Amino acid sequence: MSLSLDLALARGAFRLDVAFTAPPGLTALFGPSGSGKTTVIALLAGLVRPDRGRIVLDGETLLDTDNRIDRPTHRRRIGVVFQEARLLPHLSVRQNLVYGRRFVARNRPEPPGLGFDDVIGLLGIGHLLARRPTGLSGGEAQRVAIGRALLSHPRLLLMDEPLAALDAARKAEILPLIEHLRDGAGIPIVYVSHAVPEVARLADTLVVLEAGRVAAAGPAATLLGRGDLGPDRAAQAGSLLDMTVAGHDAESGLTHLSGAVGRLSVPRLDRAVGASVRLLVPARDVLVATQAPVGLSARNVLSGTVRDVDALREGAVLVGLACGDATLTARLTRASAHDLGLRPGLPVFAVVKSVAFDPQAIGAGRAPRAVEI
Amino acid sequence: MDRLGLTPDEWTAITLSLRVAAVATLASLGPGLAVAWLLARRRFPGRGLLDGIVHLPLILPPVVTGYLLLLAFGRRGAFGAALAEIGIVLSFRWTGAALACAVMGFPLMVRAMRLSLEAVDRRVEQAAATLGAGPWSVFLTVTLPLALPGVLAGAVLAFAKAMGEFGATITFVSNIPGETQTLPSAIYSLTQVPGGEAAALRLTLVSIALSMAALLASELLARRLARRLGQAESRP
Repeated sequence: MSLSLDLALARGAFRLDVAFTAPPGLTALFGPSGSGKTTVIALLAGLVRPDRGRIVLDGETLLDTDNRIDRPTHRRRIGVVFQEARLLPHLSVRQNLVYGRRFVARNRPEPPGLGFDDVIGLLGIGHLLARRPTGLSGGEAQRVAIGRALLSHPRLLLMDEPLAALDAARKAEILPLIEHLRDGAGIPIVYVSHAVPEVARLADTLVVLEAGRVAAAGPAATLLGRGDLGPDRAAQAGSLLDMTVAGHDAESGLTHLSGAVGRLSVPRLDRAVGASVRLLVPARDVLVATQAPVGLSARNVLSGTVRDVDALREGAVLVGLACGDATLTARLTRASAHDLGLRPGLPVFAVVKSVAFDPQAIGAGRAPRAVEI
Repeated sequence: MDRLGLTPDEWTAITLSLRVAAVATLASLGPGLAVAWLLARRRFPGRGLLDGIVHLPLILPPVVTGYLLLLAFGRRGAFGAALAEIGIVLSFRWTGAALACAVMGFPLMVRAMRLSLEAVDRRVEQAAATLGAGPWSVFLTVTLPLALPGVLAGAVLAFAKAMGEFGATITFVSNIPGETQTLPSAIYSLTQVPGGEAAALRLTLVSIALSMAALLASELLARRLARRLGQAESRP
């Protein structure tokens, strides 16, 4: 299961020229507004025709302008969840959900776990079936839109900022569903976002777009650690850590996590002991000390060694710290890095404030995927 | 026979008018929808010309339209002769009256349909395509249902226009009682003979009642459709 694409398009002053390969799992297209994320989605779905390009999904060529192959949208079997739900206003929720079914070839077996009852159960929309789309809240409509796309049994699911129009509470409602799809349904997902917490929480692979070009692409943890997230990369760099819930402390309201990096305390998480979680530690919230800090309010002090020091623009550096078996990235000013004498191999202490953790960025962890060869 | 105080001749004119208007409306639905769709959705060479030709009956004197129809579809006309070969005669027949009414109502019908087609959210159509619906399926299951209030309004307008059409009809198919004498022609004839005023007034009242009924029916249908679409108000 893989997707590779190479697309070029010029519309007025806007130029898009992107090529990348998406391995199985969730690939996040990340970048600022106007970087071409939504255009890539429209091109993949066949809603926009490129000037030149090639799309191969699962070894099947959906588009090849050199060989005049251009499979129309309805024959691509690519599901799309748009920013707005785009439900069919004249049909009930149930009719919206089963709309794609009549176009699925009868002899094609239903993917396991994606029957009608499975999907409405997963999305919690059973009570909405008789309703009209206009009566739904934003979160409800978006869940129906996700269900509708899943029930058309796509080979690939495109999600174009599906949470952008929703408030924090609704986001918190839908994020776990997307994690579930990523881990459970086995459908590859291309997910567009410009929100770092979302990307950190969901992405296996990250493709960073900047002004219509791929600025960086690779495993999400690697790219986040390097801060390869576009123009203000220093501000957005962070470490993606896979950890396990070790215990809760009712008195202090903290949850203790353990993982390759060591032990960390975070504001209380509503997850069972033993559950795996995925955590984004922003590089700007990591301090570096060359001696064990004393009399410090921060809860999380990890020991490690400097792995590399990467100079950025505007007098900042990203310091990669080897803590245990994991890498933690810290962002410092060049001056303080110089004063501390940071160099690869130097033993240091990393300090992280518990409150620095964005609960939005803490998602369900996942067992490492077997690498396909 | 003297129902509702109307003479058999008057009844003949009423039923003929209804038949002519119904046939004219039903027959223009397909072509009207096709032209409206082309104008609303496609950019092609000659689009402006098509738009102009469709609107021509709206601005030409009806007599001119009727005379053009006579030239084209009369027994010696280019199309008329060809149609006569296969047994279809339009001149001086009620079918010719229906053709005249259809042509005169066509711009009104196309206009309403085109506006409603333009108002359909293309993004919803795209969503349907991503779910596997081909172009025809999208049209039949998304575009048409969403444009239905406007399509209906167009049909009612065309029907009302056909009920009132006079100039083109009388020029093309004359004023033959029982064959081409529709309500307006009958009223006109009655006003030309002494003592016809009472009958003319009766038919005028009938004409007003029929037009009102058509408008009311379309309003009711449009409201029901709007409710089905979940909108508070949807006027094309």
